[in-house]
Amino acid sequence: MAQRTFKVWRGDANGGEFKEYTVETQPGMVVLDGLHRIQAEHASDLAVRWNCKAGKCGSCSMEINGKPKLGCMARLNTFEPGETITVQPLKAFPIIRDLVTDVSWNFEQNKRIAPLKTKPRDADGNHRMMQEDVDRVQEFRKCIECFLCQDVCHVLRDHKKHDQFVGPRFMIRLAQLDMHPLDTEDRIPAARKELGTGWCNITRCCTEVCPEHIQITDNAIIPMKERVVDRFYDPIAWFIGKVFGSKKS
Amino acid sequence: MVDVSELQTIEHDVLVIGAGGAGLRAAIESSGRGKNTGLVCKSLLGKAHTVMAEGGMAAALGFTDERDNWKVHFRDTMRGGKFLNQWRMAELHAKEAPERVRELEDWGAVFDRTKTGLIHQRNFGGHRYPRLAHTGDRTGLELIRTLQDAGVHRGINVHMECTVLDLLKDGDRVIGALGYWRETGRFVLFKAKSVVLASGGVGKAWRVTSNSWEYTGDGLAMAYLAGAELMDCEFTQFHPTGMVWPPSVRGTLVTEGVRGDGGILKNKEGKRFMFGYIPERFAPETADSEEEANRWLKGDKSARRPPELLTRDVVARAITREVKEGRGSEHGGVYLDIASRLPAEDIKRKLPSMYHQFKELAEVDITKEPMEVGPTLHYHMGGIKVDHDTQMTTVPGLFAAGECAAGLHGANRLGGNSLSDLIVFGKRAGEYASEYADNNDAGKVNDEQVQACIRRATGFLNRESGENPFVLQENLQAIMNEHVGIVRTGEELTQGLEKLAEWSKQIDTAKAHSTAQYNAGWHTALDLRNLHISSEAITRGALMREESRGAHTRVDFEGEREEWGKYNIFVWRGNDGEMKIEKRERPEPDKLLKEIGYSNIEDLESGKVGANAE
Repeated sequence: MAQRTFKVWRGDANGGEFKEYTVETQPGMVVLDGLHRIQAEHASDLAVRWNCKAGKCGSCSMEINGKPKLGCMARLNTFEPGETITVQPLKAFPIIRDLVTDVSWNFEQNKRIAPLKTKPRDADGNHRMMQEDVDRVQEFRKCIECFLCQDVCHVLRDHKKHDQFVGPRFMIRLAQLDMHPLDTEDRIPAARKELGTGWCNITRCCTEVCPEHIQITDNAIIPMKERVVDRFYDPIAWFIGKVFGSKKS
Repeated sequence: MVDVSELQTIEHDVLVIGAGGAGLRAAIESSGRGKNTGLVCKSLLGKAHTVMAEGGMAAALGFTDERDNWKVHFRDTMRGGKFLNQWRMAELHAKEAPERVRELEDWGAVFDRTKTGLIHQRNFGGHRYPRLAHTGDRTGLELIRTLQDAGVHRGINVHMECTVLDLLKDGDRVIGALGYWRETGRFVLFKAKSVVLASGGVGKAWRVTSNSWEYTGDGLAMAYLAGAELMDCEFTQFHPTGMVWPPSVRGTLVTEGVRGDGGILKNKEGKRFMFGYIPERFAPETADSEEEANRWLKGDKSARRPPELLTRDVVARAITREVKEGRGSEHGGVYLDIASRLPAEDIKRKLPSMYHQFKELAEVDITKEPMEVGPTLHYHMGGIKVDHDTQMTTVPGLFAAGECAAGLHGANRLGGNSLSDLIVFGKRAGEYASEYADNNDAGKVNDEQVQACIRRATGFLNRESGENPFVLQENLQAIMNEHVGIVRTGEELTQGLEKLAEWSKQIDTAKAHSTAQYNAGWHTALDLRNLHISSEAITRGALMREESRGAHTRVDFEGEREEWGKYNIFVWRGNDGEMKIEKRERPEPDKLLKEIGYSNIEDLESGKVGANAE
């Protein structure tokens, strides 16, 4: 039975330090299992947020050897044998305790985005949408709200523009609504002004860390930027589109 | 002594405890009815176990097969539940699920589509027709996110990472709850005119479970302590297909959708063994050869369903037997093979999260190799007794919906009936809790009750030394795994009860180190009481029910006993503080419902039976 040493950040808003713990490992273990062993054997008060342990709920986001990851999907055998694994909380959000950060800001952003304004149902009481028209929307709806993309976004992490940019997670929420076949809301003015499409400078860091492999930048943010540009910087094309019926230009 | 008037106090008309599908749907309903609504989540919003549901939600929309209707769904549900379900709940569920699903679509849910643009429905165990509205194999995520996004703009007050410790009473009525914030460990007093419990199940009483840390039977225990009755607790569902390897993910769910889309179960000899386990009741509607099963899969409407799609109790027992008799897989499961049944691209498209899960967690490519699977504790059919129409418990002002409530599923739940349960009865609970709030004032909080609750909670932190709460929880799981498993005997259950009693003496010796701030050890210690009450109710029920029905299997009392089909088992807290239990005769069902439930399918579909039912 092999052993593994973890360097875990312990502390709260007032500061803290890394502490080392060594635990026994089993085949197939992930970093979150290691943290649970530490809780059971060495530090029962170690704060770590988790739920499903299968990559489906997006609770156990943390920075592992400096990279934002889900603790439940980071297998120990992807690290060198004997390598110490460093685990610390997400950097872009205020620390509560140990590995737990205050991510409530993200939940506030959702309120800034207007809800789906749904077309009426067809006469038989059903909605109709073709699969090819919802494939892209479904890609965005795979998002598990782990907020890893928010954590690596330079606009938030380095430039702290939290009041001006909702971040990649909510860019895909916006795009998902804008591309939803049943939606009738005009979202372009808000996308530009309140939600801050212009802030993203397309470094694709968000896409790289997405555990659901959503093409955040290429499929959501860039198209939204283009829609804003078409509207505000090419008003004639927008007018023609509006008059001759292209959907929500 | 804590001064209760100095505690943080939050007042609502309706307080909903639990923020999975049922809780969210209840909160949307009550806030839509103009009630000031509070929604308490043990975790962050959107992380509740609903998110893990994969296959879909059952609703007789009739889009994929036009022969489907509520009567067939109702009949399937009753048959799956071995006729121990509450008839009226099964009726309401089958009738109202389609509209609840359409409503989700109005709110932005994006289900997979048929070729004509309607909601595509998937086949699932025990459902006669393809009936499950789904989004790939992540339907739970679609449901919870849709409700979450719909709720955001409806003025619901969401209290995240807040755990409720106890319900508060004024006389007979529930009038609020005491909880603590995970972040700070501070206590919070909720006052409400009515309370909805939507707190989920009790999977964490077992070692091998698909449930996460949250599912410690909180709702069951709190309702029990508040004087409510529990019902059908002996019926605990082991999902036939959980992961078995590697050890760290043992128990994690593998969706029934794999079998719905053609996956087959094989033992180590390569034999497709389910043909040997078809129960008499289902034989007329189940294929008896591989050839027929394959024709069914291709859409031949004259062919019968493959035996892999029998109800979960049947499949779970079959797997257990194969393993016990030495025909299991390398790590003690059986093989679930989709690789030889579908092209790789189809597997990735229809079952993306299964592909992902096995690839990342087990290093298995399910488009090339079979999965190793075995039973995992998944769901609790039993729970808090509720009125079938209003979802009110036996305590005034207290409502329950979703997994923590009992009645819809009887002795065994069909896959896909859980998500639809959440939205049908979540809505009803929200509706009637609102109505109750209209007719009742906020009650008066009993300071002594609050103080006693706080004393118990802080005791774990204040004592000098004591047992490790994680170890205590593991010990309980070992008892339940050993004594209250998938097959049970009276002797094992009796011993289990003794061990539980012995174990429970240690609960109040648990020691949580450090401060109350986001302290996992303290949280685990606080949940132990709830695990104990729920486990005891389950074990007592299992000991009393001397037959094998649905998910409850007694090797010392094989087969369904007609006599036992007349009874539900109830558990409550006696005046002496001890757990009481009795079997009670089931009321006679509505005549028409009874006819539909027991009809043969030809008579039902030809209109010979049930034609008058609206």
